Amino acid sequence: MEQLIVKTMADYMAEGKEPEILFWVGSAGSYDDRAKKITRAFVKLLNKAQVEFAVLGTEESCTGDVAKRAGNEFLFQMQAMMNIELLNGYEVKRIVTACPHSYNTLKNEYPALGGQYQVQHHTEFIEELMHNGRLKIESSSTLNGKRITFHDPCYLGRANEVYEAPRNLLTALGVDLVEMKRHKQTALCCGAGGAQMFKEPEKGDKDINVLRTEDALETQPSIIATGCPYCNTMMTDGVKAKEKEDSIQVLDVAELIANAENL
Amino acid sequence: MNYIPNILFAVALALGIGYFVKNVKKLVRNIKLGQDVDVSDHKDQRWQNMIRIALGQGKMVRRPVAGILHIIVYVGFIIINIEVLEIILDGLTGKHRLFSFMGGFYGFLIGSFEILAFLVFVSVVIFWIRRNIMKLQRFWKPEMTSWPKNDANFILYFEMVLMTLFLVMNATDIHFQEMHSGNVISQFIAPLFSGASEGTLHVIERSAWWLHILGILVFLNYLYFSKHLHILLAFPNTYFGKVKPKGAFNNVEAVTAEVKMMMDPDADPYAMPEEGADEEVPAKFGASDVQDLSWVQLLNAYTCTECGRCTSECPANLTGKKLSPRKIMMDTRDRLEEVGKNIDANNGEFKDDGKQLLGDYISHEEIWACTTCNACVEACPVSIDPLSIILEMRRYLVMEQSAAPMELNNMMSNIENNGAPWPYNQMDRLNWVDEN
Ligand code: SF4
Ligand code: SF4
Repeated sequence: MEQLIVKTMADYMAEGKEPEILFWVGSAGSYDDRAKKITRAFVKLLNKAQVEFAVLGTEESCTGDVAKRAGNEFLFQMQAMMNIELLNGYEVKRIVTACPHSYNTLKNEYPALGGQYQVQHHTEFIEELMHNGRLKIESSSTLNGKRITFHDPCYLGRANEVYEAPRNLLTALGVDLVEMKRHKQTALCCGAGGAQMFKEPEKGDKDINVLRTEDALETQPSIIATGCPYCNTMMTDGVKAKEKEDSIQVLDVAELIANAENL
Repeated sequence: MNYIPNILFAVALALGIGYFVKNVKKLVRNIKLGQDVDVSDHKDQRWQNMIRIALGQGKMVRRPVAGILHIIVYVGFIIINIEVLEIILDGLTGKHRLFSFMGGFYGFLIGSFEILAFLVFVSVVIFWIRRNIMKLQRFWKPEMTSWPKNDANFILYFEMVLMTLFLVMNATDIHFQEMHSGNVISQFIAPLFSGASEGTLHVIERSAWWLHILGILVFLNYLYFSKHLHILLAFPNTYFGKVKPKGAFNNVEAVTAEVKMMMDPDADPYAMPEEGADEEVPAKFGASDVQDLSWVQLLNAYTCTECGRCTSECPANLTGKKLSPRKIMMDTRDRLEEVGKNIDANNGEFKDDGKQLLGDYISHEEIWACTTCNACVEACPVSIDPLSIILEMRRYLVMEQSAAPMELNNMMSNIENNGAPWPYNQMDRLNWVDEN
């Protein structure tokens, strides 16, 4: 197994140096087996582009997004203030994260509590690396012409109007990007947001992730691309529910790029 | 000269407008029952939103068919109102077609009104067909029975009748037809009355004239009881609508004060609040009834057009759950009306009626089905935010009642204990580096 180069904020501090960015890994990216693969893929890209990045490691704690959306403002603010104290202590200025929920909370909800940072989604950051020539993303032989559809995460798309960065990366890979009927502003939720990830759904006639997977299947993709660890889980489960796991993969945009680069 | 018609007209006008003003006052009073919120920020952005979304109908055209038909009715409504001005002045002065001194331009004006009236009529008929014959799904949800369903059709009938009266009035106006200018549509209606004597024509013309203006006054007063209120409230509502990114949920400042206190090691928990400290702890966190919501949220409720664009994009509703963002708005308005009537009946004081919005109108099941995806907010053509009401109710359930679903309580205690929604050790946060 290839060794990743990962340094913590504390390491940088000890060296008296400052990283270019802080990579906010998030709870899913740290603990969930599927999401950890996304984390690793993104780090491979950072290593390849020789980005001086740091993580908080064991000092990182849940952003509180899910608590806030469940209605627990106390818990949210406790988490937020702890994290802000830590981040401000390290004088963090730029944060990049592969989780749209962390992204939204850090970017939109921390400022009111004293945490002002420049926050980017990993697809935005990778796009920047590509434009600056630090990371070459080329049409790849394995993906060239493959039908891929992108599922917009609610907290990246509608919530923050980032629609193009992930699509630009997919196009750079030379894939055949096919849009679902509901996409961008009208994209259907995967069903995980608002704390639904952690509870059984209310009574209904279908699961939301299955409905969303049906949207995706209509485009006859060989890969469903995502940009959120929760969406990834939901769509993976949806594909399984439709018994399509042998023919359709669910992959994060960062994984697609890392795979194409044989990282 | 006979002044009776002028007097009758003035009385009708005064009554119509007087009653309307009374209802507007009630409307404002009810909206002000909501909590105060600061909306003094982003003035430019707010004006832009109002101009683009309300005046420019910017979001209506996302559904092109309904959007274009709606624009016709909207433009028709505004422009034909110039004619209403003439009608009112005629009625008060006893003159006939006061503006006709403008000659050719008058013909052009009336001609445009006639074309618009005809187009409005056709559009409204298509709206009726979409609702009642094609039965578009979003008009046939459980919350769209009884009054809401009738209300929608009444509005359409009203408009059909008003437009017909306007055209008949012109068609039976002999002088106007003889001008041969401006009778673009009514010239084709006039032959229908060709057998009638001049006297009969005059009676029909006068009747159409009276019914038309009385109809408008009645319609004006119908607004308060109808989803049609949106023709007025869409403007303030788009101005006061959310200007932050949709993902940004508001910060509860009272909580901030308490959390800061808890986290500050030097804070004296028994200290008296400083003189003049404005961070009062509110009576309750979140919302269980309309008075706990902000006045913008209450304005939202009165503005809702019941179009169901929100519900038709809601993932919970699309998969058969009880939640319907439109119903959240309709329930809020119904409860607010109930509270308003209660206040009227009790000399200006609200008397506890043992009911509240949460529980009696909106169930917990609806509140917990939301994924906070913002599809409803995005879809709404008049900048309503149903999600913000759902969130306030969750806050009430969690912070006041500790009534979250069990699994969510587990998730929250995990966050409290180990900084993640799952029961993993915080010391394992970096294990991914060495795993594959
Ligand atoms: S935010 Fe909630 S109510 Fe609105 S569309 Fe999404 S799930 Fe439905
Ligand atoms: S909230 Fe907006 S989208 Fe939903 S029914 Fe009311 S007006 Fe239509």
